[in-house]
Amino acid sequence: MPDVKRAVIAEDSVLLRIGLVKVVEMAGFEVAAEAGDAQGLLTAVAAHRPDVAVVDVRMPPDFTDEGVRAALAIRREWPATAVLLLSQYVEERYAADLLAANTGGVGYLLKQRVADVEEFIEALRRVAAGGTALDPQVVAQLLVRRASDPLERLTGREREVLALMAEGRSNAGIAAQLVVSESAVAKHINSILAKLDLPKADADHRRVLAVLHFLGVGG
Amino acid sequence: MTIPPRLRRALARLRRDILFIAAGVPLHLVSPLLFTWAGILLARTLAATSSNAPAILPAPLALLVVAGYGLTETQRWRFRALCGVDLPRLRFTEKKRQFGYNWLVGPLLGVLEALLLALAAAGLAAVLILVWIWAIPWQWRIEHPGYATRATLVTLLGLAALAAVPALAAGLVRLENIVGRAVLGVSWADELAQRVEDLTESRAGAVDAADAERRRIERDLHDGAQQRLVSLALNLGLAKATLTDLSPAAREAIEAAHREAKEAIEELNSLVRGLHPAVLDELGLDAALSGLAARAPLPVRLRVDLPERAGTAVEGVAYFVVSEALTNVAKHAREATRADVTVTRLGGILRVVIADDGMGGADPARGTGLRGLVQRVRSVDGTFWMSSPVGGPTMMSVELPCPM
Repeated sequence: MPDVKRAVIAEDSVLLRIGLVKVVEMAGFEVAAEAGDAQGLLTAVAAHRPDVAVVDVRMPPDFTDEGVRAALAIRREWPATAVLLLSQYVEERYAADLLAANTGGVGYLLKQRVADVEEFIEALRRVAAGGTALDPQVVAQLLVRRASDPLERLTGREREVLALMAEGRSNAGIAAQLVVSESAVAKHINSILAKLDLPKADADHRRVLAVLHFLGVGG
Repeated sequence: MTIPPRLRRALARLRRDILFIAAGVPLHLVSPLLFTWAGILLARTLAATSSNAPAILPAPLALLVVAGYGLTETQRWRFRALCGVDLPRLRFTEKKRQFGYNWLVGPLLGVLEALLLALAAAGLAAVLILVWIWAIPWQWRIEHPGYATRATLVTLLGLAALAAVPALAAGLVRLENIVGRAVLGVSWADELAQRVEDLTESRAGAVDAADAERRRIERDLHDGAQQRLVSLALNLGLAKATLTDLSPAAREAIEAAHREAKEAIEELNSLVRGLHPAVLDELGLDAALSGLAARAPLPVRLRVDLPERAGTAVEGVAYFVVSEALTNVAKHAREATRADVTVTRLGGILRVVIADDGMGGADPARGTGLRGLVQRVRSVDGTFWMSSPVGGPTMMSVELPCPM
């Protein structure tokens, strides 16, 4: 049996749900179930134990943060299921909640990012594989909070690299984004870790967590 | 025979004045009568001449209290029905004015009213003296006034008295109006205070209504246009990713459409953010401001120190202030490299301070952005202060009252 990864999708807008199913299938996942609200999502996750759940934050009945609460419940009950949250706006406190309990397997993106299909697929795969994907906007908000002290020592380019690291990207991903070589990225990262007094870590998501921790989020 | 209009008007006025005065006598004399009754009962109680006086004494006293309040309403009716003057309904707590009128001022006016009515009656009787002389049987007469001299004199006196009545009545009505308005009416200060209260209330209503409207528009956009645009951009993205065998022109068209769809989403998002973002309602000012600060095109240091959430109206204004101020900094502050936003709560005041290190020279009198900002601050009784000397730095401080 080929190891096809499975996904569950929760989104209350039918229009978007159809689109999301197409994108998730294009990423090579099998869509095991679709749900229109948080309760339906939890039932589907309990029944199918998918590798990843793609969840809209604002869902019935209250249209506030049902998706975040459902995501936290999923991470608690079924740690093997990664969660990718999609939201109208991003709030760094939610990211903090999501990253507090578990390492990796969490994504938090603005809803409109699905339009950039290739990038979205990459983030989805990263999250399903146990990595993290934070929206650049979340990272920017985290930086606003920490716009002080050691961060001031970073150069402009180093700040860019730090933000991309916090989003959960690998060295190769950062290099592609900034159009530089991977070795240049590695040099920047070493410099950043030294300036911020962070431990050197090889595993991507360990490093991400160290950066996020520095930014005041996660354990 | 036709009555000249002037005379008719004068007669109508006289009739109204006399009615007003006549209605006043019993109303004004209720209290003195009750006082007299109470006084007699009290005297008897003290002298111990009557065994049941102490038992009855509470009755006039209770009636006096009832009269103190109840007569006010009756007086209001008298002024409204006969003078066309609408005195305001006094609150139950305004005892001093009601009792002052019904117990003290009223009885004095009542005496004047009774005197005037007596004068009118006496005048009428005197004018008719010749009728009395002829009509009354001689054995009932007290004396025989001389026909020619004394009776004529009495008639003339009566005529003089009657002639004085209209003017005196009009004067008394005027006096009653002045006294009534002064004691039972509302003073200028009270009237202004009431007006201010009404305006404050209606303005708060207008501010709330505008907030609710912004929220409704935000929700409608989110449920409708935004979802559709994201779906559109998603489908175009899918087309771009899957259709690989397209002609260059078709590919270019799809790419352009995809780009524009994404830009439309951004524009719509920024429109919604300028209106009333959902995050403001759901998570409060702190979260909403961090989104604003992160989007600003220059580094913003944000410090929010709020122990609890402020009211929705105040949060809306504070958010708008920071939004406008940051837009302004990005647009106009020359050579600004950073901005600081600080939100603190000092007792019942929410204070928002925005500073940048640009070249200054900003003027709130020019530019619709700053003017709109000042207007919204004032709509919740907030204060605005700005310092922007040429050469910088610029600092803006807004204080919004928010009840604890």
